[in-house]
Amino acid sequence: MAAYIVRRLIQSALILLGVSFITFVLLYVLPADPVRQIAGRSATAATVESIRQQLGLDQPFLVQYGNYLLNLIQGDFGRSYLQKTEVAQLIVSRLPATLLLLVAAIACELLIGLPLGIVAALNRGKMIDNGLMLTSFLTVSAPQFVVALLLLFVFAVKLGWFPIGGYGTFAHIVLPAVTLGILGSGWYSRIMRSSMVDVLRADFIRTARAKGLGRSKVILGHALPNAILPIIAMIGIDIGLFMSGIVVVESVFGWPGIGQLAWQAIQRVDIPIIMGVTLVSACGIVLGNLIADLISPLIDPRIKLR
Amino acid sequence: MADASISPEPMAVPENGPSVLRRLARRKLAILGLLIILICVGGAVFARWLAPFDPYEQFFDGLTLEGAPLSPNENFWFGTDLLGRDLFSRILYGAQTSLIIGLVANGTALIIGTLVGVTAGYFRGIVGAVLMRFTDLMMAFPALLLAICLAAIFSPSLWIVAMVIAFVNWVQTARVIFTQTSSLAERDYIAAEKTLGAGHGRIVFKHILPHLIPTLIVWGTLGISTTVLLEATLSFLGIGVQPPIPSWGNIIFENQTYFQSAPWLVFIPGAAILLLALAFNLVGDALRDILDPTQQGRD
Repeated sequence: MAAYIVRRLIQSALILLGVSFITFVLLYVLPADPVRQIAGRSATAATVESIRQQLGLDQPFLVQYGNYLLNLIQGDFGRSYLQKTEVAQLIVSRLPATLLLLVAAIACELLIGLPLGIVAALNRGKMIDNGLMLTSFLTVSAPQFVVALLLLFVFAVKLGWFPIGGYGTFAHIVLPAVTLGILGSGWYSRIMRSSMVDVLRADFIRTARAKGLGRSKVILGHALPNAILPIIAMIGIDIGLFMSGIVVVESVFGWPGIGQLAWQAIQRVDIPIIMGVTLVSACGIVLGNLIADLISPLIDPRIKLR
Repeated sequence: MADASISPEPMAVPENGPSVLRRLARRKLAILGLLIILICVGGAVFARWLAPFDPYEQFFDGLTLEGAPLSPNENFWFGTDLLGRDLFSRILYGAQTSLIIGLVANGTALIIGTLVGVTAGYFRGIVGAVLMRFTDLMMAFPALLLAICLAAIFSPSLWIVAMVIAFVNWVQTARVIFTQTSSLAERDYIAAEKTLGAGHGRIVFKHILPHLIPTLIVWGTLGISTTVLLEATLSFLGIGVQPPIPSWGNIIFENQTYFQSAPWLVFIPGAAILLLALAFNLVGDALRDILDPTQQGRD
């Protein structure tokens, strides 16, 4: 187990190194020039050159990348070109909002998805099952921003129950979390349904029924605890999905997390911030997958760590 | 001379052509999906004849006296947008954008994924290892962030958007194809072919690729849904297909300031995106059940 974790951690570090390299290459070769952005349109060639030198952007690619890595190892993500602040500081100040949304969103996904999956499994093949599965397809196919705007329109604009955007109180988090909850719920309900269907076919359920246990006891006491196990590992993978989709929801709802930070930085070609957020998100994805892989064998001894 | 060649060998693919369609037709949800796709393709192909107005024309009577968009009425069925253009016509032409991107981006992703997956799975060795590690790496990339970044920095056009989407979407296919190819490459009949002196090209094209077709059909269908959603998202952020070319995503982007007073401008194109993505998901899922033997009896 310990050896496995060490190996996976080394692998994860290598993957992150690769992510940093590819992002760096992409940002280096792309036609946008951050110096022009900083200097403004009317800057003279001399000003542009001096800014370029100041930022070290006149150096060869490998030197730039090497310096970036050296700083990164010391926890230094560089300075934002435009905000003149440490990127690490910006990310740290934004991260709590994103993590809060992450927890709230996954809670919503589970709260919506799991009951629907269980109901569908118990009514397998009936109308209600088909209806719920169609619903799960709908949620998987819905564009994030359309759901976000729809919820905003109904619950913020028309009904006025929640604020249109922003951050601070419990009311602010409801709509973004529910948006993500609806979108992710289809995925959970389908996994829950198939897991529940498998468990309900198992011998120990037949035994429990044969013992004379009531339907609700069989379902809640025997089937559910076993069927829910695969979901736990899924949450790890879900963290990754969340991290890669955070930009849209945060910008629609004006949620001050790292997604919004990234979106603002992208528009201004503020490369250090883009790099930083990409790396932090990639960390989230890698960690999420690692957690999923570590939890699976604990839950189901048939799965072996390789 | 030609007589020297061996008689055509039996097809490697099980004969499931007609039966697939028949089995698809038995699923209500798949029929619903096919119907939506048909309507959408019809709308896109015949947009020129079906559209009541020119999608680019800004009508003088297309705005209220205060300059606000018109709500749906008998003249403009879906209302008009912020510039007084007919929304229905723009939605029809927008279907072209979505489908072109869906096909081009997803086709490219499928080709890249297959190339990488087959090369890594069949040849293995250092090349295979490098390719698969690169795939792992791409899996750890925050995909949407990457796409947004690329699209924002390139000045976006229809084709660049398609390529950006292909660039982030090939990874899943590569993994699935890799797994399948590596298990196929271990089979006895492949070893037999090799002993008989068959070249790599012959083995890959005659004995590997045909077996991958069902998987490619399934992933090709499901992938279009992902692609349509990604295009819509990029266009919604203003970094996808650029106005005035209509795309369902950029119609929402352009009109979002009117979202409180003219919600149809957001929700009609939104519903179109949802329906198209749903349709390809429904059909793709049904195809997976039909074509993938391991999924059989699991529904």
